[in-house]
Amino acid sequence: MDWKRFGFIGFIIVVLFGMVVAIGKDHTPPLVIIASMLATTLTVVTPLALGSLSGIFCERSGVVNIGIEGMMLAAAFFGWLTSIYLNTIFNFAPMFSLVMGVLAAILAGGLMALLLAWLSITFKVDQIIGGTVINILAVGITGFLNRQLFFDKGSIFGGNVPHAPGLLPIIHLPVGSALAAVCGGNAGCLDVANALNKVFDQKPIALLSLALVLVTHYVLFHTRWGLRTRAVGEHPKAADTVGINVNRTRYINVVIGGMMAGLAGAYFTLESVPSFEPLMTNGRGFISLAAMIFGNWTPFGAWAAALVFGAAQALQINLQFFREFIPAQWAFLQQSYFVGLAPYLLTMIILTGIIGKTTPPAADGQPYEK
Amino acid sequence: MPEAELVLQARGITKRFPGVLANSDVSFDLRKGEVHALLGENGAGKSTLMNVLYGLYHPDAGEVLVNGAPLQLDSAKDAIHHGIGMVHQHFMLIPVFTVTENIMLGAETDHRSRPDETPLARLDRREVAARVRELSRQYGLEIDPEALVGDLPVGVQQRVEIVKALYRNASILILDEPTAVLTPQEADDLFDIMRELTRRGVSIIFITHKLREVLAIADRITVMRGGKVVGSALPQQVNEQQLASMMVGRDVLLSVTKTEAKPTDPILQVENLTVRDVRGLPAVRGISLEVRAGEILGIAGVQGNGQTELAEALTGLRRAESGSITLAGRSLTNASPRAFTETGLAHIPEDRQKHGLVLGYTVADNMILCDYYKPPFSQAGVLQQSVQDAAARKWIEAYDVRTPSPYVAAGKLSGGNQQKVIVARELSRPVKLVIANQPTRGLDVGSIEYIHKEIVAMRDRGVAVLLVSAELDEIMSLSDRIAVMFHGQIVAVVDSRKVSREELGLWMAGAHPQAQA
Repeated sequence: MDWKRFGFIGFIIVVLFGMVVAIGKDHTPPLVIIASMLATTLTVVTPLALGSLSGIFCERSGVVNIGIEGMMLAAAFFGWLTSIYLNTIFNFAPMFSLVMGVLAAILAGGLMALLLAWLSITFKVDQIIGGTVINILAVGITGFLNRQLFFDKGSIFGGNVPHAPGLLPIIHLPVGSALAAVCGGNAGCLDVANALNKVFDQKPIALLSLALVLVTHYVLFHTRWGLRTRAVGEHPKAADTVGINVNRTRYINVVIGGMMAGLAGAYFTLESVPSFEPLMTNGRGFISLAAMIFGNWTPFGAWAAALVFGAAQALQINLQFFREFIPAQWAFLQQSYFVGLAPYLLTMIILTGIIGKTTPPAADGQPYEK
Repeated sequence: MPEAELVLQARGITKRFPGVLANSDVSFDLRKGEVHALLGENGAGKSTLMNVLYGLYHPDAGEVLVNGAPLQLDSAKDAIHHGIGMVHQHFMLIPVFTVTENIMLGAETDHRSRPDETPLARLDRREVAARVRELSRQYGLEIDPEALVGDLPVGVQQRVEIVKALYRNASILILDEPTAVLTPQEADDLFDIMRELTRRGVSIIFITHKLREVLAIADRITVMRGGKVVGSALPQQVNEQQLASMMVGRDVLLSVTKTEAKPTDPILQVENLTVRDVRGLPAVRGISLEVRAGEILGIAGVQGNGQTELAEALTGLRRAESGSITLAGRSLTNASPRAFTETGLAHIPEDRQKHGLVLGYTVADNMILCDYYKPPFSQAGVLQQSVQDAAARKWIEAYDVRTPSPYVAAGKLSGGNQQKVIVARELSRPVKLVIANQPTRGLDVGSIEYIHKEIVAMRDRGVAVLLVSAELDEIMSLSDRIAVMFHGQIVAVVDSRKVSREELGLWMAGAHPQAQA
């Protein structure tokens, strides 16, 4: 990441946060608004961060993955289905059902990725076509099963969508409390501590995604596996001549990538909302790809880029609280559809390359032939 | 000298590919601490034999012995394990990795100092870098372990490859055409390195088709042709001419025979030309030159001194920042490549696969790329296939292109034959100027001889020729006048009969006292 791109990311985030603060500052303390924006950003960035990690694993090993969207969607559905099944049919506890749902989602993502790997590595199918297959397949399968299982008369759930076992609970990370303990009665300090508590009240997948950004960076740049993965994505023949099994390395990375997308899918139905809607991933997989590209195929870069999209989404969510305070000259901000466009507009701006070009792995998208 | 022990032996290796007998009962051996040159034209079977020795191919018959023990080599890993290292002609290095990362790849050391085990252990770059420094000191191979390989000049990248093999404890090194990508100075450096390596007990197989180098460095020479060993020799007992005949199977003319040039009118006139390179930096800085009909002007220089950009500007492929280009009296500064072609330019480009041919097109299509849109090849916008077919067959015959048919994809041909397709297309037209950029790079002796003859024949027909080459021998034997390029400028223009190799080398290095002018 160069300063130009980090600068752009920082600038956009400051502008987005500043807008909300400017509108709401007469009614809510700015610190509270910023904490709320940060908390929402960290929440909604989850699938984007995981999606871009998915892309990083695949593309660093040389397999283009435009099927992240489909992997997420399939995982969202199968994770949700598993949790409901365990909870309502087998009467398992809600928490257990949810955790098993998350594992099922990861498995579903991994299986979808295995299909992509099989097509693009073993059969050397064009990887864009392979990814498209994944996306279409996911839409078809989830739409079909959703209808068959839940809405058709005579289906298992008899035409009624059953109650979901709820959502994964908030984990209170005591970051703010730790600060409060050393504040010693300073009011300003306690305000910050409260704000921090709010920011770090996140759910497990959101927190896990932060950890996975760090883990991915470590694996990619500091371990034997990462070095070999990048070698295979840059110059597979060179890797082959020093005894690295190119196709095996690619298979494993693509499946790991699929599992990342699977975890992102679990976020939608097990952590965000307790239901499944057809097409509910709503382009997040593609936005993740944009974040990955803008972040130059690095975990930190991609996460920072994903924050921009997250902040744009947080803007939309937080503006709803201050709707009536929006000044007349900013009336367009009252249109939540307009604000909702922001992430997609940002994607287009970023991908034009105006903010600096990035370089993909040299062998990205090329099947390896001895 | 007492005969050293045999470290590597190949006995009766036979390797068959569909339709080709690539190696037929080939035997080859290597003694400890010697440089054994394997000489042969492209397609003679050298690479096949080396791939067998490196475990990449499994021979149909024959056996490989390392230190006297027969071995089953199933993969490069096996070969590495038995101390065989290979430096490929196209380097197996990753440009975006550091030297250290490239060297340790596949044989990494982690913080628990366990080589080649747990995938998620933390890499110990410092330890490897220290080892690399030690090896480079020991063998006199200067490299910076922290540098990015992509930033290094080709000669240094080659050293990285050698250290990569030594890091894996290689005691037998296979160098596949190692000088093909090097400048004469870099090649001399490489020979020093090879001597140092052999002094320390490393044994080297040196694969090449350059005769002068073989005589300069080899302890023994084995010559291959058509998949068989056709002879061996000691460098003291043979000369270039004899080696060339063994390699090609007939007598070859190594030096170009040409008569005195009879230059007439100026054809190409370049005034104060300035050109920038891809990164936008000035690559050609105010060059003026003139090429007359009936003469060959050679541009000598170490790769990367602006020759590429000069040739591109002179063919309409790159914008000229300032200055003028006049071809046959017509001002063509920043004109389109087609304007150049139609004015009478023939261009043999530097990279034949990238800029000379459409590899996926047939030979016949490639042959009419310059004038497919004009009669007789095109009538009212429709290609005349029968005309094209007849022309292609005529040229394949006339220019000795070895192809099964005119309708084979150009990418399927050998390098020499690909170059002949380009030569046929460019030189069969009525041209006034030939710009030949590295016309024989990577070609075998037979093809080089052929291309040289064609270029001289063009000159004798009164065509102006601008020859750009990094091969000093080529420049010296073909050119009538030689212009030396250094840092984007022409530092000397000399008569080729009155200049020595050493003098030119000094000009090229920018060291000649007059180069300061």
